[in-house]
Amino acid sequence: MEPIYLDNASTTPTAPEVLAAMKPYFTDTFGNASSVHAFGRESKEAVEEAREKVADLIGADEPREIIFTSGGTEADNLAIKGIAMQNREQGKHIITSAIEHHAVLHPCEYLEEYHGFEVTSIPVDEEGLVNPLDVAEAVRDDTVLISIMLANNEVGTIQPIAEIGKIAQQKGICFHTDAVQAVGSIPVDVNELNVDLLSLSGHKFNAPKGIGALYIRKGTRIVPFMHGGAQERGKRASTENVPSIVGMGKAAEIVKNELKEKQEKLTRLRDKLIEGIEERIDEVQLNGHRNKRLPNNVNISIRYIEGESLLLNLDLKGIAASSGSACTSGSLDPSHVLLAMGISHEIAHGSLRLTLGKYNTEAEVEHVLDVLPKIVEKLRAMSPIYNQKEA
Amino acid sequence: MEEVYLDNSATTKVKDKVIETMMKPMKEVYGNPSSLHSMGIEAEKLLKKARRKVAKAIRADAEEIIFTSGGTEANNLAIKGTINTLQRYGNHLITTKIEHSSTLHPLQDLEKEGWEVTFLDVDEKGILDLEQLAEVISEDTILVSIMQVNNEVGSIQPIKEVEKIVQDYQDSGLYLHIDAVQALDKLEINLSNSSIDLLSMSGHKIHGPKGSGALYIADGTRLKSLITGGGQEFGYRAGTENVAGYVGFGEAVKLATTEVEADVEQMQKLKEELAAGIKDGLEGVQINGPEVTAGVPHILNVSFQGVKGEVLVHALEAENIYVSTGSACSSKDSKSHVLAAMGLEQKAMEGAIRFSLSSFTSKEEISYTVEKLKEIVPRLRQITG
Repeated sequence: MEPIYLDNASTTPTAPEVLAAMKPYFTDTFGNASSVHAFGRESKEAVEEAREKVADLIGADEPREIIFTSGGTEADNLAIKGIAMQNREQGKHIITSAIEHHAVLHPCEYLEEYHGFEVTSIPVDEEGLVNPLDVAEAVRDDTVLISIMLANNEVGTIQPIAEIGKIAQQKGICFHTDAVQAVGSIPVDVNELNVDLLSLSGHKFNAPKGIGALYIRKGTRIVPFMHGGAQERGKRASTENVPSIVGMGKAAEIVKNELKEKQEKLTRLRDKLIEGIEERIDEVQLNGHRNKRLPNNVNISIRYIEGESLLLNLDLKGIAASSGSACTSGSLDPSHVLLAMGISHEIAHGSLRLTLGKYNTEAEVEHVLDVLPKIVEKLRAMSPIYNQKEA
Repeated sequence: MEEVYLDNSATTKVKDKVIETMMKPMKEVYGNPSSLHSMGIEAEKLLKKARRKVAKAIRADAEEIIFTSGGTEANNLAIKGTINTLQRYGNHLITTKIEHSSTLHPLQDLEKEGWEVTFLDVDEKGILDLEQLAEVISEDTILVSIMQVNNEVGSIQPIKEVEKIVQDYQDSGLYLHIDAVQALDKLEINLSNSSIDLLSMSGHKIHGPKGSGALYIADGTRLKSLITGGGQEFGYRAGTENVAGYVGFGEAVKLATTEVEADVEQMQKLKEELAAGIKDGLEGVQINGPEVTAGVPHILNVSFQGVKGEVLVHALEAENIYVSTGSACSSKDSKSHVLAAMGLEQKAMEGAIRFSLSSFTSKEEISYTVEKLKEIVPRLRQITG
């Protein structure tokens, strides 16, 4: 059997149609989009066309509200630091949640350390959900930014962003959501969500790595942090990465057209995986919310085994999975997301994340359901704690 | 004639060999290099190989290469990163008046925030004033940021002499940053025995992909990162690595530095032909910046008296020749800060055109360009005269 890639929350393969759309911009239309001559104008047109497609995917009113960045991390950094620095005269308080990606958490810490900001971290319940009432209660007179992620990268829990957005709107506070995992998996509409800023990343929906965007609602002022040329309406200096921008536009167009179908298929495969694992392996626990969950995310703790050895064994069988976020996978600490959900260290260590993508098939899922219980059985046979319990 | 692209300082065409190397990470090894499974490990290997290629070309260690989204980010990271770590050693920064906007703008912002910034003068050839540097540098200086090659006129700065002056102050907390974006594939860069702490590079100026670049950070240099999140790039730069982009960049650096001599010779010859053709064929022209025999082999900046630069750009475009008035990053500004710093008169600045060559530029293209200039410039002068 071909290798099975079930780590689509870490990254996805670039779609062939996307690659084909990008290719002419390496060698034929290779101009600098800021150049005034035809080479430049053609590049500029391609960038603007891609901007329209990305705007269309997330329901932005105008393409100019999309600022291309080098990825989701840069988009989050720009949103957090840019809004904080813009409004620091009004106040220095930020509200975020305990389960954000590090691309949100670390900029918040930076603002605390270097610029005297205070950050309130909203806890989540055992399913990873933020309670909007908690956010409302945390708001102070000097709150200048609320940042809560739309869907969590580890457990896939989808937050009540529209409700939180309404609270932010009523209080007149800037609201940012990290939608990196959500865009391309579920419908995302900036107006329905009541957000002022939204981060997205190309390589999570079959566009290349190294390209992302920040949606900035018209009228929202922000301090850029990449200075130089006047690209991206002065909000992000640097020669535009034209081929990758074109690729992201193409991927946005494709995913918008196939979203309903993709969502249904992934939901079906996801539920088959979850139910299959629960049926075939004892002492497992689904992490995150069962329904308010991304269609591509399975996160399950399998007791009495180490997540790391499970991953290694799966890899030997040609199955690519993860224990949590790729960005922290080098670390031995258990996931901050699972711990915030009140899951014990021991259970958190046995977590397995399987994330589906558009190219996964029913047969692959069946194969995983066949292989996984055998590996678990083998590993548990070596576990003294498991044996003690059995005895 | 087919399109004659003489705007290679703005950006270059990606080499076929570079694109070939990018296909593997795009199509097959598409894993996230931080992932622990084989797909991630393979991607990490590709990334390591690319890092080694860049390091080898400039005689650095692989661990000293931090990939970025381009030259602008590298310059921003070098400047702001230094500010955040060295601020307790002083309040003074030094640069020149002719830097790229991605160096000037961060420094101008810092000046507004209360930092003391010296913008060194340059002479009429676009070379910085070393005496002034020696005069203004002090124990209070924490950063000297100098571009190796100017992007508008091609002047080459005396980096070795700068190093000699800067060296005495490095013990008291000072980093030397070199913007080598326009130099990378044209001049030899050897960091094995240098006082340079930071050096910026960009992929798309050397036939690599846009959206790729790097900052060399000498071992032991402390820098606060600009983009934080995951611990990628040795903790200096968060964000899932643009594997394909960096692999392409690595290959472009490798190709550029192994083919550098032949390419440079050819470009130099063509640049001299272009300069001679313009000077012999037209009156009222002046070469801006270094002597044609000095300077980098790929940039020629010429003022055509009595002609507006933008008008000439468009007239040449009608003949399928693509040039620019200056930096693409500031192509909307009418006035070049570089030419102004070199003391050019208003009229000469208005009529300035930058021709920038690449290893793809041919002899025929240069002769064609000269012929067309000889037709167009007198015609334009007649209209405006």
